[in-house]
Amino acid sequence: MAAPLVLVLVVAVTVRAALFRSSLAEFISERVEVVSPLSSWKRVVEGLSLLDLGVSPYSGAVFHETPLIIYLFHFLIDYAELVFMITDALTAIALYFAIQDFNKVVFKKQKLLLELDQYAPDVAELIRTPMEMRYIPLKVALFYLLNPYTILSCVAKSTCAINNTLIAFFILTTIKGSAFLSAIFLALATYQSLYPLTLFVPGLLYLLQTRHINPNSAAAVHTCENEEQSLLDLFLGVCHDVCGKPSGNHLPLLLPSQLLGFHPRSLWLYINVFFYTIPLAIKLKEHPIFFMFIQIAVIAIFKSYPTVGDVALYMAFFPVWNHLYRFLRNIFVLTCIIIVCSLLFPVLWHLWIYAGSANSNFFYAITLTFNVGQILLISDYFYAFLRREYYLTHGLYLTAKDGTEAMLVLK
Amino acid sequence: MGLLSDPVRRRALARLVLRLNAPLCVLSYVAGIAWFLALVFPPLTQRTYMSENAMGSTMVEEQFAGGDRARAFARDFAAHRKKSGALPVAWLERTMRSVGLEVYTQSFSRKLPFPDETHERYMVSGTNVYGILRAPRAASTESLVLTVPCGSDSTNSQAVGLLLALAAHFRGQIYWAKDIVFLVTEHDLLGTEAWLEAYHDVNVTGMQSSPLQGRAGAIQAAVALELSSDVVTSLDVAVEGLNGQLPNLDLLNLFQTFCQKGGLLCTLQGKLQPEDWTSLDGPLQGLQTLLLMVLRQASGRPHGSHGLFLRYRVEALTLRGINSFRQYKYDLVAVGKVVSTQAPDRGWMALKLVALIYLALQLGCIALTNFSLGFLLATTMVPTAALAKPHGPRTLYAALLVLTSPAATLLGSLFLWRELQEAPLSLAEGWQLFLAALAQGVLEHHTYGALLFPLLSLGLYPCWLLFWNVLFWK
Repeated sequence: MAAPLVLVLVVAVTVRAALFRSSLAEFISERVEVVSPLSSWKRVVEGLSLLDLGVSPYSGAVFHETPLIIYLFHFLIDYAELVFMITDALTAIALYFAIQDFNKVVFKKQKLLLELDQYAPDVAELIRTPMEMRYIPLKVALFYLLNPYTILSCVAKSTCAINNTLIAFFILTTIKGSAFLSAIFLALATYQSLYPLTLFVPGLLYLLQTRHINPNSAAAVHTCENEEQSLLDLFLGVCHDVCGKPSGNHLPLLLPSQLLGFHPRSLWLYINVFFYTIPLAIKLKEHPIFFMFIQIAVIAIFKSYPTVGDVALYMAFFPVWNHLYRFLRNIFVLTCIIIVCSLLFPVLWHLWIYAGSANSNFFYAITLTFNVGQILLISDYFYAFLRREYYLTHGLYLTAKDGTEAMLVLK
Repeated sequence: MGLLSDPVRRRALARLVLRLNAPLCVLSYVAGIAWFLALVFPPLTQRTYMSENAMGSTMVEEQFAGGDRARAFARDFAAHRKKSGALPVAWLERTMRSVGLEVYTQSFSRKLPFPDETHERYMVSGTNVYGILRAPRAASTESLVLTVPCGSDSTNSQAVGLLLALAAHFRGQIYWAKDIVFLVTEHDLLGTEAWLEAYHDVNVTGMQSSPLQGRAGAIQAAVALELSSDVVTSLDVAVEGLNGQLPNLDLLNLFQTFCQKGGLLCTLQGKLQPEDWTSLDGPLQGLQTLLLMVLRQASGRPHGSHGLFLRYRVEALTLRGINSFRQYKYDLVAVGKVVSTQAPDRGWMALKLVALIYLALQLGCIALTNFSLGFLLATTMVPTAALAKPHGPRTLYAALLVLTSPAATLLGSLFLWRELQEAPLSLAEGWQLFLAALAQGVLEHHTYGALLFPLLSLGLYPCWLLFWNVLFWK
């Protein structure tokens, strides 16, 4: 499997290198959908120059990255393009190996449940075979690397790519089963922006399950949780002390976010990311990786300065759930919404800023529509997943009491 | 989630829409066009009105007694120009200085991608001359621009004369708060583009120009004057700018109001405002004006140097003095052609779906930036796109598709344009004009960044080809 992956990597690097050298690089790095005030490369350069001049990089409310980013780029500023291409490649490789291992776990679990007779008799067409799952890791790497959103983020040198790499490595180490390493990567990702903290719950659930410990056993949960939590706290504390600066995440105190205009009540929207963790944990406790996928999508939708780089990360997971395709009901409409909104973003921006014939309402309407499209997409996947689980245990051809075809209703 | 999750209701709605598909398509097409054309009828048209009082003209006195002086200047300018062949820079500098302005010049040069047949130029170089009248009692934070574009084909000497006379008159007004820039450009639009780029310190079109020595503050508004004859029977106001941009409507209404007060005839698209709305003549004239405006705006060409100011968020107009005994020569819209084909490997229905979505997206984006162009293209392309299928009378559909292709639409609009201006074309003339228009379109894309050529050749033409592929599907 290595050769196709290497080929995909080569193609991806070529595309990015070509775009870096073209005149589009300048234009892309200023687009507001691709870079936000929290992830813009210009601000990183600004912070580094301030540091060189002996001034604190955080004065002037321009630079909002973590000190770790300063340390990273202090030595690598001349190779910035290479760094971002390597981060994308690392993310793809991490996702590739993670999904490879995950598929093995899924197949093992499915075999176990089949032997235990947990599935209804007529669900043969829903059972997944190793043959169909063979190319999924490659497809995941492909989806991530050749997604236009990822390419745009890389060419714009948005630090969102680094965040994506850290989350991808967190997923890899969680699936491999190493609590220590996954805690480190989660700490690094949370240090950069607060939202990956919510991934602690699915990570914990997965680690507990792979150790064959019953998640309902309070004592076992407690010890494992303690282990992870203490590692997390330790690492965050170390970062804090070493760098002497608070974590880089800033809830909205700056310009109007892309999602809504700044308003004190919109603070609740950003807390939204954390609201969904507990209900999802209750419903999806048997399926922590799907939970992780949904949680990453929720982060991408509800975070304070969303960009297309965040969207690209959860889009990379679509091949993993391609067995749900037959249960997805609105996929055509949603694809159209996403494509149309992506195309209308630059048009309405041009009309608002340059032509002066539209105003900010048009642009914000499109960002809202884009987010609505994403929300509907995620809920469609969620619904499809639950439906498949239901069919697996209760049989595919359901009949009501009087023998007619029954209808499944989500309550 | 209601409609999105309830399969029974969805199926019912889908069945209803499928059954009424053809009537719904026809109805929405007809309703769309009718609604737009209804703008010419009384309940939807409005008399000239001012929407923002800040642009109002209540506190301004209108007096100007420099007519003779203007004619003298114009005669001098024409004589010097004929002698030197190009813009008489030294004479202009001297005269502007004598009138009391700060005078500066700017030289520019540009090599066009291929020789321009219409204006007969290839390597263009020239000089712009401009004078700044500083506001005596205010800081130079804002300015107005009065510009006279001089090209080799339209000497515009009367306008230069008027400009200089106005400058002399304005010298006496000491209470005005804005600087006024009097700009004379060579090679009409190319010179204006060079000046604007240097003024705003950008380089959008690859023009080589010397930097400006003197500036006057952020430009608030600009007026371009084109007067080619001594006798002016009416003033035609041109509003369409580059890529279909328009200035603030209040600016146009301001001029209409002044013209009415001063008893001067003011026309739009060469036509007067219809007076009687009761019989059929009024709405018919209104319809002609509407169609002329749609055609002009759809072409995306700047009809006068005001069109280039709009890109920099400066409200601008062009005033053309018309002597109704003269004929006007207009250059027209253009389209370039690039052939590219794409054909996915699935059924013709999937191809048609993709092509329809692509067309809808394109027309939506085009209509947002330049409504007239979007409307024109939608009127012609949508019915034939909807009809394209491999079964049925193929030759008829093929003929229809060819008739509504972007190139044929261009040809048709040229003939329609001339008809509306009461100067109809013969077939040979029309064809010559069509070819000239194609060349002009490509040139304008390179010199001013006009979007019509790339949009049509790279966007709509491939879309049309997709429909052609659907029609001839095996």
